[in-house]
Order: sequence, then structure tokens, then C-alpha cells
Amino acid sequence: MVDYEVIVVGAGPAGLIAGSDLAKAGIKTLILDKKQEIGCPKRCAEGLSMNWFKRLNLEVKPSFCIQPMHGAQLYSPNGKSIMFKKEECQGYVLERKTMEKELAIQAVKNGAKLLMKNQVIGATRLNESEIKLEIRENDEIKYYTCNIVIACDAVDSLTSKMLGLNTKLDLREIDAGYQYEMTGITGYDENLLHLYFGIEVAPRGYIWIFPKRDGTANVGIGIGGYISSETKMNAKQYLDRWIASQPGLKDGSIIEVNAGTIPVGGFLEAMQFDNLLVAGDAGHMVDPVHGGGIGIAMEGGRIAAKHAIKAIKEKKYSKTDLEGYTKEWYETRGNELKKRLTARHLLEELKDDDFNYLAESISMDEALKIGNNSLSGLEKTILFTKKLITRPGLITLLMKYMK
Amino acid sequence: MAAKNNPNKCLYCGGCVGVCPVQAITLNDTKIVIDKNKCINCGACVKICSVSAMELE
Ligand SMILES: Cc1cc2nc3c(=O)[nH]c(=O)nc-3n(C[C@H](O)[C@H](O)[C@H](O)COP(=O)(O)OP(=O)(O)OC[C@H]3O[C@@H](n4cnc5c(N)ncnc54)[C@H](O)[C@@H]3O)c2cc1C
Ligand code: SF4
Ligand code: SF4
Repeated sequence: MVDYEVIVVGAGPAGLIAGSDLAKAGIKTLILDKKQEIGCPKRCAEGLSMNWFKRLNLEVKPSFCIQPMHGAQLYSPNGKSIMFKKEECQGYVLERKTMEKELAIQAVKNGAKLLMKNQVIGATRLNESEIKLEIRENDEIKYYTCNIVIACDAVDSLTSKMLGLNTKLDLREIDAGYQYEMTGITGYDENLLHLYFGIEVAPRGYIWIFPKRDGTANVGIGIGGYISSETKMNAKQYLDRWIASQPGLKDGSIIEVNAGTIPVGGFLEAMQFDNLLVAGDAGHMVDPVHGGGIGIAMEGGRIAAKHAIKAIKEKKYSKTDLEGYTKEWYETRGNELKKRLTARHLLEELKDDDFNYLAESISMDEALKIGNNSLSGLEKTILFTKKLITRPGLITLLMKYMK
Repeated sequence: MAAKNNPNKCLYCGGCVGVCPVQAITLNDTKIVIDKNKCINCGACVKICSVSAMELE
């Protein structure tokens, strides 16, 4: 007899949804997290688009959906910007720790057991239907057995590695992130996300302001994982330098300091192994263009739970039996994300001049039309072709990536 | 030689853990532990850290 049918490692968005769905289906489920408090410290700018609320059937609750967003404003290195703004709400900036606590309460209501400050430090496969996890709670070591482990333990995922699935990230497939939650700041529209591009600003990435109402916002940066060794400046130094140059921000106060890495690309080929499913950041399930991963993690957790439920009912746990999970994830999300990886590579090759050029040559009127989605596919193609024709370098780049 | 963590700078984000090719680093809530016997001095953890809290020494 195992202690739990499924143990979920990690109580982030992926693990909480997985645990919740499993328990709802009557599966004996344990969720473990090594942190002392759910959702803290956050490694996130907390933006979640409306599509995810719909896809995941997630209720928009005022307790954690604290700032509606109506679009985004993108700034080129020379300060020109393009704005995409819509009348209707496009999504929210969240108070993630509140959301995660609510998800946790729901998971427990559904029947799951959840324990914080419980770190998985060892994992062994005893036989084809049993895994033994070694867990440290304070100074105490304890062991739990289960049929299936769902690893939702993000980039510092050791669970998968201990069970034979290598989830190591290459520096080219990861961004280094750093962020302040600031308050007492001004000079930006609170209904928009603000993204700042440029080699000097944020090489191979961008700086963001994600407003959280009342002159408060997440102000952060993501840069390529290998950048700091090339330029001898780390993410914090890039962000500090930029903030010092912004009149509305430089005198602001800092109420939280966050860091984190973002897997961008390098999706695991197999999201499953014997008695193991991997979801969320642990499987590198993140949008490679903007680094958003909350929604994708929750969706991954949901699909993983579905396949774990099936496996438990059929008592089949081998990596071949669990293949359906990887297949369904790629069909639902992975294949689309792979395409977006190509777009990321294209973006990475843009020079400061190209950003400036695009920001200057697309008029506000055109930007609004793109933002409102009032252009047909053909109109969009014509618009971009017209813009690119005078810039041969950009065309060559596009051709390279359209192959 | 091995990687060394500076707890005054570290924000315990786990980024270094994810890039270590030999799993020499573990993050225990708010403590980075480096297994010196495993470390191969590749420097990946130093490069990825957003606040330069890792160094090789
Ligand atoms: C700076 C930054 C900004 C971001 N901004 C956004 C954004 O605006 N919008 C967006 O959608 N996404 C954003 N992301 C990405 C998003 O935060 C992640 O994709 C998302 O949190 C992934 O969820 P998860 O459940 O997979 O992992 P996490 O939320 O990281 O949860 C993993 C959990 O596993 C636990 N854990 C790890 N190892 C163990 C162990 N051995 N034992 C027990 N527990 C363990 C950890 O403590 C942690 O709580 C951002 C990321 C960063 C770094
Ligand atoms: S990447 Fe840097 S800040 Fe993050 S845990 Fe490692 S040493 Fe600490
Ligand atoms: S130097 Fe390389 S091997 Fe050593 S701890 Fe850092 S990443 Fe791991």
C-alpha cells in the first residue's frame, strides 16, 4: 500500500492546479513545497491575460485580480513608443500570493493534503508501481511512497533529475530576471503594461513596468542567461541604471525585491518518465517570446493531472504508458510555443536601429488598428511589407526565419 | 576550487540550481548548499545569477 496515490512536488500554479484536479477526481493526493509560505517570495511580474482565465475556467476575483490591463505600450531605445490599447479588459496584474493561497484552499477543499516547508531531497523508484520520496521537514527526515510523482518544482527541479529525467537548462535557453515591486512611482498609464527594449536597456530581453494600481508596480528586467558574463553587468545593474534614468521612478520606494530565472525554449522532449510527469517551469513550459508562464503552468498541471488519474485507474505507470501526456501537451500548447520560439530568435537579432525604425514607422493609427485587431491578415501583411521594404536588413532576417 | 554563494546578496531564486550540469547546488528554502566534491567549476551558476551572488574561488 502506498501512502498517497500521487505526490505533487511544488505548490506553484502548476502544482496547485494539478493537486486540485487530482483530489477532485478522488485520488489520494499530497502537495509538498519547500518554501515557508505559499507564493513567497514571488518570482514573477504577475501579468495574466484574459485568455487564460477563459481557458482555465478561472474566476476573476477582485481579491487577486488587482489591476485590469487594457493593452501594452512598447518603447524603442530612442524613446518612441507603439501603443496597443483596447476598450475591453485584456487581462490582469495579479496579487499572486493571494491567488496561490486561494488555489491552495480550493485544492484542500477538493480533498488534497498540502504541506509547506517540506522539501523533497531524495527520490527512488522501488518497483514499477512505487516511488519513495525522502522529505526534510525542519530537522526531521521522513519518507512517503506513491504511485506517481508530478514534478512542478520549477527551474530548481531536482525531483525529475533524481528519477532519471534530465531537466538541465542551457544558458542560451534561460533568462536571468530581477525585479522590484515599487511604490510612489509615476509617469506611466496604469491600464497598460510597459515594455522597454534596446541593447543598452536590456540585452536579449526587456524591462517591464506591470502596474499594480495606486502608484505601485512590478518594475523588472529579463536578460539572456549568458549576457552578464559577456557585458560584465548583471540584471540588477542593468535595472538599477535604467531606473536611475527615469524621472517618474528614480525616487520611488522599494517594497519587495525579487529574482528568478525564466526558461525560454528548450521544452523537454518528453514531459514524462517512469512514474513521473513534469509540468510548469520544471518542464520549461513558458512562452519563449515574453516569458509568461503562469497560465501555461496551470494548463500543464491540469493536463498532467488528467493523465495521472487515467494511469492510477488503469494501474499503468511506465514512461510508455504515460506518453499520452507529452503528446497531449504538445498538441494543446507545445507545438504553438515551438513556433513562437522562432519569433524569439528573430527578435533577438533585432538591433537598436531596427527597434527605433519600427517604432517610428508604424504610426499610432496603424498601431491602434493592429492592437484592436481590426486589420485582416492580408492588411497586416501589406502593412508590414510596406514598412520593411525600405529596410533590407529586416527583410533578410525575416526571410531567414520564415523558412 | 568550487563555486561559493554570498548569502548577503543571494535572493534564493534557484536560478543557479537549474543551470548546474552536475547538480552540485541545492536550495533549501533560504539556504544555498554547494557540494564541493561535485562542482566542476564550469561557472554556469556565476553567469546566470542576476545579482552576482555566486563566485568561483
Ligand atoms: C522575473 C520573472 C517575471 C515573470 N513574470 C511573469 C508574468 O508577468 N506573467 C507570467 O505569466 N509569468 C511570469 N513569469 C513566469 C512565471 O512566474 C512561471 O512560469 C510560473 O511561476 C511557473 O509556475 P510553476 O508552478 O511551474 O513554478 P513555481 O511557481 O516556481 O513553483 C515551483 C514551486 O516548487 C517548489 N519546489 C522546488 N523544489 C522543491 C523541492 N525539492 N521540494 C519541495 N518543493 C520544491 C518551489 O518552492 C516553488 O514554490 C515570470 C518569471 C520571472 C522569473
Ligand atoms: S541565482 Fe543567485 S540569487 Fe538566485 S539562488 Fe542562485 S546565487 Fe542566489
Ligand atoms: S561552477 Fe558549475 S558545477 Fe560548480 S556549482 Fe556552479 S554550475 Fe555547478
